[in-house]
Amino acid sequence: MTAATQVVSSALGSATSRSLDAGLKRAALGSLGVGLLFVGWWLVTDYSAAQGSFLARFSLARTMSALAGLLADSSFWNHVGVSLQRVAVGLGLATLVGAPLGVAVGLSKTLEAATTPAFQLLRMISPLSWMPIAVMAFGVGDRPVYFLLAFAAVWPIVLNTAAGVRGLDRRYLQLASSLAATRWETVRRVVAPGIVAHVLTGVRLSIGVSWIILVPCEMLGVTAGLGYFILDARDRLAYPELMATIIVIGALGYMLDGAARGLQNRWARQN
Amino acid sequence: MTAPQVLAGRGLTFQYQGAQSPLFSDLDIHVQRGEIIAVLGPSGVGKSSLLRVLGGLQAPARGEVTLDGEPLLAPHPRVAIAFQDPSLLPWLTLEKNVAFGLDFKRQPRRDKAERAALVDEALREVGLSDFRRAYPSELSGGMSQRAALARCLARRPEVLLLDEPFGALDEVTRREMQALLLQIVADYDTAALLITHDIDEALAVADRIVLLGGAPASAIGQWDVRVAQPRADAIEELGQMRIEILQALRGAVRRPRKDIQTCALTASLAVAC
Ligand SMILES: Nc1ncnc2c1ncn2[C@@H]1O[C@H](COP(=O)(O)OP(=O)(O)O)[C@@H](O)[C@H]1O
Ligand SMILES: [Mg+2]
Repeated sequence: MTAATQVVSSALGSATSRSLDAGLKRAALGSLGVGLLFVGWWLVTDYSAAQGSFLARFSLARTMSALAGLLADSSFWNHVGVSLQRVAVGLGLATLVGAPLGVAVGLSKTLEAATTPAFQLLRMISPLSWMPIAVMAFGVGDRPVYFLLAFAAVWPIVLNTAAGVRGLDRRYLQLASSLAATRWETVRRVVAPGIVAHVLTGVRLSIGVSWIILVPCEMLGVTAGLGYFILDARDRLAYPELMATIIVIGALGYMLDGAARGLQNRWARQN
Repeated sequence: MTAPQVLAGRGLTFQYQGAQSPLFSDLDIHVQRGEIIAVLGPSGVGKSSLLRVLGGLQAPARGEVTLDGEPLLAPHPRVAIAFQDPSLLPWLTLEKNVAFGLDFKRQPRRDKAERAALVDEALREVGLSDFRRAYPSELSGGMSQRAALARCLARRPEVLLLDEPFGALDEVTRREMQALLLQIVADYDTAALLITHDIDEALAVADRIVLLGGAPASAIGQWDVRVAQPRADAIEELGQMRIEILQALRGAVRRPRKDIQTCALTASLAVAC
């Protein structure tokens, strides 16, 4: 870029409008990508597939009309609500256990050395592996699902919280001890507020993990929820509804992640 | 009764874990009520470390720190430390930062109104009353230092340990803060130990100046400044002392350089062998 064009372009747009432009461009490109996804779907199932063929069952056009039908149906919203509530309970349990555990691990070198390999090992086992055991232990119903979701969601929270504690500014801890703070006061007044950003990062990762394993978790022994609804649609041979549910799952996951990210950014901006 | 030594360190030797040699050894230092001690010394000599040892934040390898004759083994509520870095908590407003610690369990019991009054007064003393709702990120370096000082003052400590608290201030504000320190020490009969790299600051406020130097460091010089406040007119009396201190300080700075030369010499000999 020549100096002259630089001068012109900086004269034309302030920094904020430039970043706004960049944001709009990103959003446009993102929409284009999603649009291409749907075009590809349409090409495979509507355009090139023969009438009555296997692929034609998943037709984009029929999926869209099924989606409209589902969104107008309160019983479908009930399934959505049940799924969201399960994720919330799982996440709540995971935070309740994971955040204090992360603080303890972050504060104690001994505890960290003792637990790190065990945590890494447990973390790498797909939570779904525990499903049979969870059902045996908690019976059929919501409780094994809560357990599995919490079990999956707890690791990102523990690990991020511990990293947050270790990354805490030493000067803040020194300040607390110079004020003769008790251990509990240090944790409550310095450590806890100092690691919120890290805990939020953990929670955001956990939301993603929970949402991904929710559907398979709901395919066993429950009678509501989006996972259940997918199996039910299959049994009813309602393939457009099945595809519509998949779209809803993707969209909801995207929105949950966006909300978590928004929360995180808001906290970051405040500090 | 002679003036009691409020805070005293005797035979203090201190070494960081993993360090080759002690940072300072056999150091004696004490401060009395109503007195300001200035600790001068080249940068890196161990002034901040000494302050942390005196404040009970770090344990000496040998020697002991006492508060009114009792061994001081951990930070004490009657002793306030202002660190070289303001260390304001970014998630609290200025007001809450100044109040921070006032309600801790080991601090003297004060009800909410008392705490609010102490914070108000401390903010007024450092001239930050108008910024009470500001966050640390909105404050300049000098304002942050004044805020850190206010956090110490709010507790009405008997001993003030200050680590270059006026370093980031402009000349005018620095003078104001020095005057404030004198005022507080006089009003509340506080014992104050002030670390500074500024000879003129030491000469302006201190009743005694301790010069640290050498490796490991020790007190290589001590001057009683028997000039009444305000000292603005006593330039002549202080001038001679200033020269003496400067000379001693130059000697203290030169010493490590000699060490480096010896090191270089040994290194070249090692290569020759
Ligand atoms: N936490 C620490 N661990 C190890 N070495 C340290 C630590 N803090 C300071 N030091 C070292 O101790 C020496 C003295 O530091 P300091 O007490 O800050 O000196 P001063 O305040 O006089 O400039 C420096 O060489 C520094 O590198
Ligand atoms: Mg220092």
